[in-house]
Amino acid sequence: MAKIGFPKALYYYLYYPFWQEFFTNLGHDMIVSSSTSKAILDLGVKETVNDACLPIKLFHGHVGDLASKVDVIFIPRMVSVRKFATETFCPKFLGLPDMVHASMEDLPPVIEEKIDLSKSPLELWRVCQRIGKEFGHSQWQINNAYWHAKKVQHRFFKSMENGLTAEKAMTGEKKKYTKDKNNLKLAFLGYPYLVYDNFINVNSLELLEKMDVEIKTVEMVPAKKLLAQRKKLPKDLFWNFSNRVMHSCLYYLDDEKVDGIVHVTAFGCGPDAMVDKMMELESKNRGEVPFLTLSLDEHTGNAGVATRLEAFVDMLKIRREKQ
Amino acid sequence: MKVSFPYMGTSHIAFSMLLRNLGHEPVVVKPTQKTLTLGTQYSPEFACLPFKILLGTYLEAIEKGAELILTSGGIGPCRAGYYGVLHQKIIDDLGLNAKIIVFEPPRNLSIFDLLNKINYVIKLNKIKWLDFIHYFKLGWQKLKALDEIENYVHKIRPYETNKGDTTQAFEEAQKILEKAQTKEEIEEALQAAKNVLDNVPQDKSRQPLKIGIIGEIYVVLEPFANHHVETVLGELGVEVHRSISLTGYTSNSFIKEGEQDVIKAAHPYLNQLIGGHGINSIGETVLYARHGYDGVVQLAPFACIPEIVAKGILPKVQKDLGIPVLTLFLDEQTGKAGIETRLEAFVDLLKQKRYRANVQDKLVAVNL
Repeated sequence: MAKIGFPKALYYYLYYPFWQEFFTNLGHDMIVSSSTSKAILDLGVKETVNDACLPIKLFHGHVGDLASKVDVIFIPRMVSVRKFATETFCPKFLGLPDMVHASMEDLPPVIEEKIDLSKSPLELWRVCQRIGKEFGHSQWQINNAYWHAKKVQHRFFKSMENGLTAEKAMTGEKKKYTKDKNNLKLAFLGYPYLVYDNFINVNSLELLEKMDVEIKTVEMVPAKKLLAQRKKLPKDLFWNFSNRVMHSCLYYLDDEKVDGIVHVTAFGCGPDAMVDKMMELESKNRGEVPFLTLSLDEHTGNAGVATRLEAFVDMLKIRREKQ
Repeated sequence: MKVSFPYMGTSHIAFSMLLRNLGHEPVVVKPTQKTLTLGTQYSPEFACLPFKILLGTYLEAIEKGAELILTSGGIGPCRAGYYGVLHQKIIDDLGLNAKIIVFEPPRNLSIFDLLNKINYVIKLNKIKWLDFIHYFKLGWQKLKALDEIENYVHKIRPYETNKGDTTQAFEEAQKILEKAQTKEEIEEALQAAKNVLDNVPQDKSRQPLKIGIIGEIYVVLEPFANHHVETVLGELGVEVHRSISLTGYTSNSFIKEGEQDVIKAAHPYLNQLIGGHGINSIGETVLYARHGYDGVVQLAPFACIPEIVAKGILPKVQKDLGIPVLTLFLDEQTGKAGIETRLEAFVDLLKQKRYRANVQDKLVAVNL
């Protein structure tokens, strides 16, 4: 049975449970790259085209980390995960396998199956069939693994909706935050690979928890309510994660009111240039909700982010007392 | 009504004529450093250069009294398709009174949306649809003539004996075309414009280098955005070929699904549409290499997503096909001198390469 490598970056934080269950159910070993660290960052910066954003550089670093440890690396070409106007993932996701191939040599074989679920509701099943057949499994085995994986993924999404962060939901932790009504409620919005990667965001989530702030993320919005925000925008954005962030921002502004919004974004992120401005304008127009943009890059320091978050939270506290 | 539109290369000549024919008063703002500063001030920091330039021109046009701005949309995943929405939000936030109408490329049912918007624009002055179609065809013809002239200029410039003559003749040619109003007049004007260019003193014994220009459409087409790359290269004695033109772009992305040959050529390196002109950049580089071009210059706005992906893949194309590529990322900080130095160095490099190839050919011949 093969050792399959999964880079702990980008789509890992939303779709890993599915693939983990699928491959282990078929009897393979799943190996995840080590958590992001300085070493991985340096490796990524070395390998990647210099204009790419931080998350893409990190992805290359994670692939490099896996290269010597596994038989196969799983780098699906994520095109779309739902039928939603012209929505796809960011172009950098679409060209990811090609970018990795062009800049990194001596890689083990790569599974770069295209995942374009807007085509039909059966598409994921077909993708699984194709991948499974390549490993020589029977249709029955693959079907079985597919259904188990679906179930696991569903449970994963549900537990995030119940207020767990991606990492806690993956380890199967049950404990919820102690909800104190007096606590500040802060929407910590951004792409999952920034919000849940503690290295890039220099432990912001932990820091906020210590300040007794109740954190709300994109994934904690119930799926139906998230989708319902769509009609508030004149035109859908083109990128899956961006739509999710934008919709969750509207949800936290209108439906489940929060005290403030923090938008985490990577330096030089293309889609976020649009999303960030939209969020800023919406927060201003929908009840003057305080809004902070946290821009992260490879030089982001612990102290700088901590100071800004502390100042923001302090300001929110003062604001609440006044009201 | 005073109407404005995105300024892009020479296309404003054709758009202005169309708008005048429809009974509107066109407001044309040629971008300058002031425009860019204004646009940058109100744009998100990481928005691409075209976004900032366009916002600047819109704001200046509104100052001049424009009430309506017409622009095109897109289906992504390039950011350009969302410009209209965000521009409108920023203009509203500034408390200005102007409406942006975005013409989306028709897909399935959205063709009615497109027709509706056109209907709105032409019914403001009670123009009939049949007339509109006639005027539209005229505008299209002029746009094509302008493109043809510009390509002609690129062919002539490397041979000019006095630096700057071609550029001057080009301006004259534009004026000739601007005056033409009917189908016949445009045809005549095209011929006259070509004659003006032919009269530029030339030294036909030269063997200019050939460089292809690829990249994001706005920065390729608008000389203000790319610091006149084509002129600089031409005056260095290079024959420039531009891979995209506005007529080619609109006819391709509006009517067909894209240039099939280019996309096919890109397939060994990238087998997925990534928005903007990302896949075209790769396919065109392959085609330029096959057609014996000496080099390729890639132009892109800073932080342009599709072009970054393309840039990440291009080194492989360079290695496989032996065609040098120079990538220039442009933003509001880019200086003209920096661009010129890099282009000069690149051209020197290509000259060396060609010289060495020639010497080697001769050596082979002697050995035989």
